[in-house]
Parts: sequence; C-alpha cells; structure tokens
Amino acid sequence: MALNKEGIAQRIAQDLRSGWYVNLGIGIPTLVANYVPPGIEVEFQSENGILGMGPFPFEGDEDPDLINAGKQTVTLLPGASLFDSSMSFAMIRGQHVQLTVLGGMEVSDSGDIANWKIPGAMVKGMGGAMDLVASAKNIIVAMMHANKAGESKLLPECTLPLTGVKCVSRVVSNLAVLDVTPAGFKLIERAPGVSVEEIKRATAGRLVIEGEIPEMVL
Amino acid sequence: MDKLVANVDEAIAGIASGMTLMIGGFGVCGIPENAIAALAKTNVSELTCISNNAGVGDFGLGLLLKDHRIKKMIASYVGENDEFERQMLSGELEVDLIPQGSLAERCRAGGAGIPAFFTPAGYGTEVALGKEVRVFNGKPHILEHALTADFALVKAWRGDRAGNLIFKGSARNFNPVMAMAGLVTVAEVEELVDNGELNPNDVHTPGIFVQRIFQGVNYVKPIEQRTVRSRG
Repeated sequence: MALNKEGIAQRIAQDLRSGWYVNLGIGIPTLVANYVPPGIEVEFQSENGILGMGPFPFEGDEDPDLINAGKQTVTLLPGASLFDSSMSFAMIRGQHVQLTVLGGMEVSDSGDIANWKIPGAMVKGMGGAMDLVASAKNIIVAMMHANKAGESKLLPECTLPLTGVKCVSRVVSNLAVLDVTPAGFKLIERAPGVSVEEIKRATAGRLVIEGEIPEMVL
Repeated sequence: MDKLVANVDEAIAGIASGMTLMIGGFGVCGIPENAIAALAKTNVSELTCISNNAGVGDFGLGLLLKDHRIKKMIASYVGENDEFERQMLSGELEVDLIPQGSLAERCRAGGAGIPAFFTPAGYGTEVALGKEVRVFNGKPHILEHALTADFALVKAWRGDRAGNLIFKGSARNFNPVMAMAGLVTVAEVEELVDNGELNPNDVHTPGIFVQRIFQGVNYVKPIEQRTVRSRG
C-alpha cells in the first residue's frame, strides 16, 4: 500500500543521524520531527531563528513570540538558541546544517526542484527554499509521487519555475525512496506492497532499477 | 543618548508617499504593530515595502495593502495573504520575490556598508535573471545588491532610551538587520526602560542603529497557526 504523509515522514526520519542539525520545511517535512528514532539525537533548525526547536506547546502554553517557519506555535528544548534571520541563513549557506527536508511540486531526474510558483495561478514565494537548496549538501524531497491530476512529479525536466538546479539528493514519495544519480532516479526502496512496475508507471523521469528492490521497513 | 519620542505619531513623522520602508517581523511575529497601525491612519501611499511577508488580510501590512497604499512589495513569502496574491496576479501590485536568506543578507549588507555580495541562492532560477554570475570554488553564484530604506520600522521586547534593543523568542527574525539598514530606524518596544537598566551583555541591537524609540501599547500578537499537543 502506498504511504500516507505520516508514512513518508516516518521513512525520512530513518535517514537521520545523531549529531545532525536538520532543517524541516513546511508540510510533510514538519512531520519528520515526530518520528526521530530512539537513540538518535538531532537538533532542528527553523530558519526564522531557532536551533533546538521542540514539539508543539501544551494547550494554554502557546507563545506568539515563538513560532516555526510555518508560523506554527512551537517550544524550545534544553540547549536551544535564538538568532536573527541573517545568522540563520549563515548557518544554512555556510553548510552548518547537515540535512534539509522540503516539499516539492516537481523534481527532475537530474535533481532540479520546483516548489514555489505556478505561473498565473499560485504565487506564494520561495521563502527560504532557494537558499536551502542552493547550499545544503544533503537534500531530501518529501512529496507525493503524482499530482492531484495523477501526473508524475518525477520528471525528465521540471516544467514549473525552478527553485534550484542539480541539488536534490533523495526523493521519498508515497511509493518509493529514490536517489538522484547521474543516470537518473535510482530506485532504493519500495513502499510496502508497491510493485516495481507500479513505480515505473508513476515515474516519468529516467528510472534506474538494479537488482532486487527491498521493501521499506517502517 | 536619548532617542525616546512621546508617541507613535512622533515616531513615524516624516514618512511620506513614495518612500521605501523596511518592516521587521516574520509572518505577524515580531512586527511593529503600533507603527503599522498609525501609518494606516495617515494618507501616505505609493510605498515600497521591504518585509519578509505581507501580513495577513486584516493585520500587519495587510492593513496598508487592502487600501492600495503599497505600490511595490519586496518579500520572500506571501502565502498567508489572499489579497496580496490577488493584487499581484492582477498586476495592481508590483512584487519582487527574493530568497529569504538573500533578503536578510541584503538588509544586513545595506546596514554594514557592503554594496553587494555573491550568493548561490537562486542560481539557475528566475531570481538570477539579469544578475551577474561568477564561479567560486567551482560553484556558480549570483550578485545581489544591498538594500536600504528611508525608514525601518522594527519591534523589540525591551529597549532603553539610548535605543538598545533586546528581542524575545523568534520575534527577533528580520528586526536586527532591518534596524541596521534604515536611514531612520524607528523601534517600538513592549517594555521601555531607563539607560543603565539593560545589561549591556544582553543587548542584541546596539542603540547606534536606532534613531527613534517609543513605548508600544496594546499589542495583539495574533497567532497564525495555533498548534498544540494534548497534556494526556
């Protein structure tokens, strides 16, 4: 069965390593914080100026002066720090953040990503996404394999305005884990019960399949 | 130094139509609520506003936007304001969307006397159109220019008469860099204290960057996304 958003987040959380500073984008990426595996210690960075961001506050403890990049009320964990936007992006641009997880509208098989604009229809802005994808060494895109019209979001070339070029390292979708390689999307894992054939049909970009493809263990 | 002014009207005196303003805040967190509300009551228009976001429909910069007082907006994310999106798509509002880190650094550079800098953010995208590209360490970067403003409107938690500011939580965001980049920086604070009462070790923005400071009143501090967990 294909994964839901929680499942995608849970799979991405398996890629976390102790000692990493991690920036989670809005949407599915935010959910990754709920699935940090036991024994793994990471610190979450929010580009509006928080390191060491904690879970949502208990009801009644919300502080309007403490929000994440998605404008949601959050908390601070012991060891947290606060800073201004310029310093925040110094951390990002300066590659002090080890992993960036963000959502995507389209990803190309050479690692380009589009996620900020649909010309004439939707313009929300890029926020921090362009800074993040231009500098981060390790970028995981969390998204559904197909859009609402059923069309593949894993393409030979992006059709929407780009957020960044040749920057995505991995895509975790509702169907699969795929790494971006010079030869295209390399299939790493299948979602539970999803066949290789199904993933082939849903992927418009170049797909590399080598040997037996294991199923995800969630 | 004493930069204290009596009230918000005195603080925003001199802001005129056609000027460029910087407005601190991220979403509606840490925005100069008093200065924006007072500005909305004047008839100043044709403004160029530099701010990470454009407020929400009826709060923050949304107040200036709905009356068509903003001619041009320079921002990174405007997804929370439907009226903004409508004015932009219909062409009523001129919009320059720029990456958030570039926006912050362009403000910082403006205040720090650095006219321009190279950043990898936006290379290969429409943000890079018309901008000089140079390769450093094998990686292409684009030239971004510093931003300054006729007035910067910022908000802090505590401040003294000398203009020293301390921010709270994530309400710091763009306020310190915009304070640096304003020709006239107007700071409003939740708590105004006498000089000597702030521990100099704790000051985030030194008073040299602030020209006017006043005691803000009646802070609303709306929460855009109230997210909580249960105590169970």
